[in-house]
Amino acid sequence: MPPREGVYGILAEFNTPSELVHATEMAHRAGYRRMECYTPYPVEEAAEALRFHKTRVPLMCLLGGLAGLTTGFLLEMWVNVWGYPLNIRAMPLFSWPAFVIPEYELTILFAGLSTAFGMIAQNGLPQLYHPLFNAPNFASGATTDKFFLCLEANDPRFEPAKTREFLEQFSPVSVVEVDH
Amino acid sequence: MATQGPIPEIVDPMIDPRTGEYAVIAPGHTFKSVTQKIAGIVLTANTPWAWVGGLFLAATIATGVVIAVTWLVLKGTGIWGVTIPGAWGFAIINFVWWIGIGHAGTLISAILLLFKQTWRNSINRFAEAMTIFAVVCAGMFPLLHIGRPWLGYWLLPYPNTMNVWPQFRSPLAWDVFAVSTYATISVVFWYIGMIPDFGTLRDRAKLPLAKYVYGILSLGWRGSTRHWIRYESASLLLAGLSTPLVLSVHTTISFDFAVAAMAGWHTTIFPPYFVAGAVYSGFAMVLTLAIPIRKFYHLEDLVTLRHLDNMAKVMLATGSIVAYGYGMEVFMSWYSASHWEFFMMWNRMFGPMGWAYWILILTNIAIPLTTLWSRKLRVNVGYLFFLSFVVNIGMWFERFVIVVTTLYRDYLPSSWGTYRATKWDYMLFIGTWGLFTCLFLLFARLAPMIPMSEIRMMLPQTKVRPGGADAEVVVQEAL
Repeated sequence: MPPREGVYGILAEFNTPSELVHATEMAHRAGYRRMECYTPYPVEEAAEALRFHKTRVPLMCLLGGLAGLTTGFLLEMWVNVWGYPLNIRAMPLFSWPAFVIPEYELTILFAGLSTAFGMIAQNGLPQLYHPLFNAPNFASGATTDKFFLCLEANDPRFEPAKTREFLEQFSPVSVVEVDH
Repeated sequence: MATQGPIPEIVDPMIDPRTGEYAVIAPGHTFKSVTQKIAGIVLTANTPWAWVGGLFLAATIATGVVIAVTWLVLKGTGIWGVTIPGAWGFAIINFVWWIGIGHAGTLISAILLLFKQTWRNSINRFAEAMTIFAVVCAGMFPLLHIGRPWLGYWLLPYPNTMNVWPQFRSPLAWDVFAVSTYATISVVFWYIGMIPDFGTLRDRAKLPLAKYVYGILSLGWRGSTRHWIRYESASLLLAGLSTPLVLSVHTTISFDFAVAAMAGWHTTIFPPYFVAGAVYSGFAMVLTLAIPIRKFYHLEDLVTLRHLDNMAKVMLATGSIVAYGYGMEVFMSWYSASHWEFFMMWNRMFGPMGWAYWILILTNIAIPLTTLWSRKLRVNVGYLFFLSFVVNIGMWFERFVIVVTTLYRDYLPSSWGTYRATKWDYMLFIGTWGLFTCLFLLFARLAPMIPMSEIRMMLPQTKVRPGGADAEVVVQEAL
């Protein structure tokens, strides 16, 4: 758990994605690890600079889909073979081809829900409070047209004065210290 | 989806001189300008009077639903025109028509995303909204048609004291799963797409209540890169799931007909022909909505003639598939050498309800498929608006012809009857137009109609050059 008091990190604001990606890449090379970019749209190059490649969202989708398929199959088989067997047009009770559509739909339903909620959960959302919202320029820019890099205070390399100096060499629009 | 052709002589800033195509976004936009444009529609304190008037009118029409449903609940489905042999009437026609309209929204948001058709970005949000509101209207009909809508949950498999379970070999049970999954996934996909935009609205709202509500809806979105990567991954996966879903939903609906041993229904061409018809009518509805919206909210920079042209092309393609379907139905009714099939087709064309078939041919085939080949007409906004109504009428008549002409004269001439819709049928159907319009107007006022984050991604400023600030000078000059 990060400390709940004191400085959360130092936030640098840039006008363009190129400057952000460059600064992030340099910060990574300088040994900073606990840092994050904030952009108004997905900037894949920033994720590269952060060395963030893998997400577990596809795995959640797969597991959800398999769970849906299994649920659909077991439900239909139990209902039509044991729970409430009905003779329909002399079809066999275990008439699996007729079960395909509900199975298919449940596969998609479970996969879709686990993808969506899995993504939200992995992102730690909903999180209505975040220290960065305290920064004066963050809210007006991060979701509109500005690009931010935050070097966080819990990084072992973080030293308020030195980190600020480090960020200033990339000529950002502003560098501010963000409190918890 | 590029229109190749001679470059028009008039210098139009919307036409890219290199390709001769209409641009997807008007030149000169920045991250800020597109954000202001789209967020401004929602966050303005001045609600346009035309919007208020439109909502009032739509709500008035929507009261038809309330009245018709109340009377239906009191009296039962006998107030409708459904009888034996025409046991499926307006309810099924309207159900298929509405849900078909919804399909274009999913096609735009999912299939065109997978095909990397970035032009779809500016129309996908309201097309998805259209899907959801169309499914709301569609879902009402089968629920009411079961006679006792308050027992609608009997359709679902759940342990009950009667020990009765659904019959999973029936297409009607498949429908329950297909439509409810479709509704759920469409809502989830739509909401997930709006999370970053709700973040933008939260940050730009002045009103404390708006800040509060959009803040909660955005789940505290802050644009973190790690979040974005997971978000993009989830969007792609949802698109990948929605694509087979949308195809399966109308396929399942076509099985409601095709699995029944009725002349004119029992054919293998139904699934592809239904899906193509759904997309055809759905794109017509997107045009019906997009054309007034871009005019009223001055969104011509974002929903350009390129979009209208492309949508008209999709209609041309899907309309041609539908025309092939009609042709095959006629051919097979002769080639099958089945007496019943042959009579069904003859009766469909020249029987007492033959007029419906010829309206269908006129509105679905004759008018659109002859004129949409012309590029001039494809970028003629007024003509497309007119055509969108023509196709919607045509696709409604397609379902009317399929449902009614097969049923009212079946195998035994002694049981022949006719079908006549009652005023309650009309009131409920027209009421759903009001309901749909109401929901759409509320959406246009309260939520971002165009996905801001996706529009930002389409701007040339997103290009990342290695080297940071130094390279930026070059970038700025290049712009």
